Amino acid sequence: MARFRAQVRVQLRPSVLDPAGEATRAAAGRLGLEGLSRLRIGKAIDLELEADDRESARRTLADLCDRLLANPVTETWTCELQEAP
Amino acid sequence: MTVGIVVFPGSNCDRDMAWALQGCLGLPTRFLWHGDTDLAGVAAVVLPGGFSYGDYLRCGALARFAPMLKEVEAFARSGGPVLGVCNGFQVLTEMGLLPGALTRNRDLHFLCEPCDLDVQPGSCRLLADYNPGERVQFPIAHGEGCWQCDDATYAALEQAGQLVLRYRSDPNGSRGSVAGVCNASGNVLGLMPHPERACDPRLGGVDGQRLLRALLG
Repeated sequence: MARFRAQVRVQLRPSVLDPAGEATRAAAGRLGLEGLSRLRIGKAIDLELEADDRESARRTLADLCDRLLANPVTETWTCELQEAP
Repeated sequence: MTVGIVVFPGSNCDRDMAWALQGCLGLPTRFLWHGDTDLAGVAAVVLPGGFSYGDYLRCGALARFAPMLKEVEAFARSGGPVLGVCNGFQVLTEMGLLPGALTRNRDLHFLCEPCDLDVQPGSCRLLADYNPGERVQFPIAHGEGCWQCDDATYAALEQAGQLVLRYRSDPNGSRGSVAGVCNASGNVLGLMPHPERACDPRLGGVDGQRLLRALLG
């Protein structure tokens, strides 16, 4: 077994309204910071897991993201996986 | 013949629901603890409002792993009547028993107010005692009630008559002003407004009574 670390990012689909992101973007304008045209808020999830190999770890993560961490109706996910030192 | 109300850690409308069902309507009612699995004698199931499991991860996302909900899923798939109100609606979408998803209200506010709804023509068993086009008033109380789905799903649901309740004046950004959705068989209904808060005449209206009565209809 090898140990892996992963960071999953869950983002709202582009078609889904993100009122929290929009309100935050507007607040940046009130700080006097100009030029911010897009701000979308998602989630970052750090994980550690054990698996036989990288491919097996990737499958476990994909299953986890598809079935729990993201709701496919409104969200997409990406994942960075690396072997733990 | 009993209505079962599932109680999760974080449910907070379970007792309101029991008051409406048993106190106002005289329907036999019992609580179903999320960790139990016994549905014996239960003829209808209600998933009440609240914040199941603290709404961690996403509203309703963790509730579907409760042992009781494995039983409720089988009960629903075999045609048993299931009603999800507010957080219960969110749970039903996360379970995959109802289409779409509920996200943050368009204007980010927690909304707590009476809401006029139009009952749409459709085949929902729990709305059978309302006339298509009838206007009813149920209160809403939610921060994440913006119902969404993709274009193809929306068209299919509209065609099938599953978009059974719409807000007269959209409060939260829901697609098509949808307030309530039923499954294809018409035995599972989810809605963000609270029919159990429209059952006691002292609270200003009783439009919710026919919906709750239909659970044991």
